[in-house]
Amino acid sequence: MMAVTAARRRATGSSTALHGLMAVGGIIMVLFLVAHMYGNLKVFSGQAAFDGYSAYLRTILEPLLPYAGALWILRVILLLSVGAHILAAFVLWHRARAATGGRGGYRYLSTANRRGVQRSYASFTMRWGGITIALFVIYHLLHLTVNVIAPGGASESPYTRMVNGFSIWWVVLSYAVALAALGLHLRHGIFSALASLGANTSTTTRRRYNQAAVLVTAVLLIGFLVPPLCILAGWVGP
Amino acid sequence: MKITLRIWRQPDRDAAGAMATYEVDGISPDMSFLEMLDVLNEELALAGGDPVAFDHDCREGICGMCSLVINGLAHGPEALTTACQLYMRHFTDGQVIDVEPWRATPFPVLKDLVVDRGALDRIVAAGGYISAPTGAAPEAHSVPVPRKDAERAFDAAACIGCGACVAACPNGSASLFLGAKITHLGALPQGQPERDARALAMVEQHDAEGFGGCSQIGECTAVCPAGIPLDMISQLNHDVLAALPRGKDQRG
Ligand code: HEM
Ligand code: SF4
Ligand code: FES
Repeated sequence: MMAVTAARRRATGSSTALHGLMAVGGIIMVLFLVAHMYGNLKVFSGQAAFDGYSAYLRTILEPLLPYAGALWILRVILLLSVGAHILAAFVLWHRARAATGGRGGYRYLSTANRRGVQRSYASFTMRWGGITIALFVIYHLLHLTVNVIAPGGASESPYTRMVNGFSIWWVVLSYAVALAALGLHLRHGIFSALASLGANTSTTTRRRYNQAAVLVTAVLLIGFLVPPLCILAGWVGP
Repeated sequence: MKITLRIWRQPDRDAAGAMATYEVDGISPDMSFLEMLDVLNEELALAGGDPVAFDHDCREGICGMCSLVINGLAHGPEALTTACQLYMRHFTDGQVIDVEPWRATPFPVLKDLVVDRGALDRIVAAGGYISAPTGAAPEAHSVPVPRKDAERAFDAAACIGCGACVAACPNGSASLFLGAKITHLGALPQGQPERDARALAMVEQHDAEGFGGCSQIGECTAVCPAGIPLDMISQLNHDVLAALPRGKDQRG
């Protein structure tokens, strides 16, 4: 029996296309994180170097662009990536719920094999993990970018803001928790993005991409964790 | 062997269903899972009850009809094995076994363990073919196929269309099935003229049927009896993304 089905959604709005969009947004965010990590590590070169780097970011391509012009262009690209990524994530989440009666991987009554056969913890925490990251990013911007939350004391100097903040144990702890969520997200996300863009071509490639995902994730986690831990330990100070 | 079965019973598409418990005794370890259900059904019929409806046809792992979620796993606990090729020796005497139908919104339950998998047929109808003039079979050497491409197409053609990938997918996606179909024809020279149109039409039909998107979790490959690899989903993503900017109607 060949039933007539509902009007087809255009391929441009297909889940495949949305995953492509999500992957591009995710990869742009990963590239941003690499640059951000590099900037953070300048904390080891001292206050002048760190604050100088921060000031330099605002003068890139001056006088061709106005003050902070290049930075704002990068911020807009990043914001668009974040927006597209989150929008795609929620539309896909909604579709997955609709396809499974809202129960996802838990739609069978049998309590045996609830965790499936081989899926990884990272792969099925993408959605709630992503929300955790989003909440952290908001807190992080309020703290270190606009400095309306100022644990340890506000300052005009980005270096002082960073040192003041990460001298407090719970600031470091909340940062570490967010990094753990980010680590899981990227462990699966980097592989998934490559596959979503059509680059996974064989079982060997799949293994290589997964290794690359672990490597990039590990570099980012270590690079982001070392400065706050050194500040907390008192090795980097005011 | 003595087995306790908890089976999903549902009189028809619109009725509510529930799990029902049955005991079967005298099961030989050499019986297949379906033969064990046959024993149960004979007993139910003799007692004047309604036998459990389940899909099956070839019982040799090639037709893709059998479709049982056994203890929460599509096609049961053995890798690369359809439910019809699963033997009772893989279970233990006295075990309690849960049997449920494939679950996904595009696969409505028709009765007990039988679901309507017409959605997969409609995906194939949307583009899973090549347009070739009819006539005698062409000379086999007229279109040379590189060995690598032929093997890739054969690997993809191993998909028996059972839908276990959908049943296992936390997103309710049929991407592994779709990836196999798109890779199968897309790998061959004969599939090239309609490659873009096929990818777009099939993915549109896949989504219109209400299947979810693929987030590369890989549960599908763990249950697929035909060993379709995850990279065939990436092939489908590749073909769709490549076709999107080119547009679809080169089919004329
Ligand atoms: C801001 C909050 C974020 C949310 C809510 C979020 C949400 C998600 C979700 C739900 C998925 C998978 C969904 C699915 O497969 O259906 C995902 C995938 C991904 N995320 Fe995020 N994410 C966030 C931030 C990030 C960040 C900061 C990065 C990178 C630095 C990132 C990189 C990725 C990548 C690379 C993927 C894989 C894309 C794909 O499968 O095509 N995400 N994200
Ligand atoms: S890809 Fe595997 S699990 Fe999915 S329909 Fe084909 S044979 Fe069945
Ligand atoms: S009955 Fe044909 S594959 Fe199982």
